[in-house]
Amino acid sequence: MRIFSTLIAGLLFGTGLILSGMANPAKVQNFLDLFGTWEPSLAFVMGGAIMVTMPGFWLVQKRATPFFHDVFHLPTRTDFDARLVVGAATFGIGWGLGGFCPGPALTSIPLAASGTLIFVPAMLVGVMIAKSIAVPVLKSKTV
Amino acid sequence: METDFTPIASLLGGGLIGLSAIVLLAAHGRIAGISGIVSRILPPNVDKAGLPQGIVFLIGLLLAAPLWILITGATPAQVVSSNGPLLVIAGILVGFGSVMGNGCTSGHGVCGISRGSTRSIAATMTFMATAFVTVFVLRHVVGG
Repeated sequence: MRIFSTLIAGLLFGTGLILSGMANPAKVQNFLDLFGTWEPSLAFVMGGAIMVTMPGFWLVQKRATPFFHDVFHLPTRTDFDARLVVGAATFGIGWGLGGFCPGPALTSIPLAASGTLIFVPAMLVGVMIAKSIAVPVLKSKTV
Repeated sequence: METDFTPIASLLGGGLIGLSAIVLLAAHGRIAGISGIVSRILPPNVDKAGLPQGIVFLIGLLLAAPLWILITGATPAQVVSSNGPLLVIAGILVGFGSVMGNGCTSGHGVCGISRGSTRSIAATMTFMATAFVTVFVLRHVVGG
């Protein structure tokens, strides 16, 4: 049941991305193209997700613990730092360039578009670079 | 290239994404942030305790498109750029930026905003802003 719930979560997430159109980079880039072929569907994806998540999270957190784990792993930081802003800004540039963010890119692997098969390995390399170089460097600066 | 406005499908699809986030939080106490899940299972410093759950979640994600095709009989509409160098740069920036910024569209944009996290709201506004500017430059300055 524990593993099954995770599998269902992944399946729901991927199906949601496909149904919503977010797995289509052209649709994402059109949302971002205010002065061209602008198309507002993406706002509905985000709206639909938050309309469900917000009350759902509120209800879930009335429990003392999750069903299959002893503690909630929720971010607790409230400060702003350069890393958050620079990281998010960098992510946004990549998202605009390719029309892919991590979830839709991974979900698209089985569809095997040549662009997806180039984007995903590059994305994984980007993750590993950030983990191996940038994160320890920034941490050592703050100590 | 133009795409159709799909408010109902997008709203419902968004709802499924929200449902997934609820399942993950209720079952495992985890935030459904895809970049976080990917980051935890990649070297260096693999999160060994979270590894099986991370891999199972990704298997679920990868099963979505094949099951979609099996059930609907239609391949999801998708137009992906075929500009190799552009996609390499885009991929590296997305991977690098999401780890540096502690989240992406799902972790900050959906879960973070739903929790009222000021960090996530700031991150979402930041990446939306640079994404709008990037597409403007890509389509109307460089490509225009």
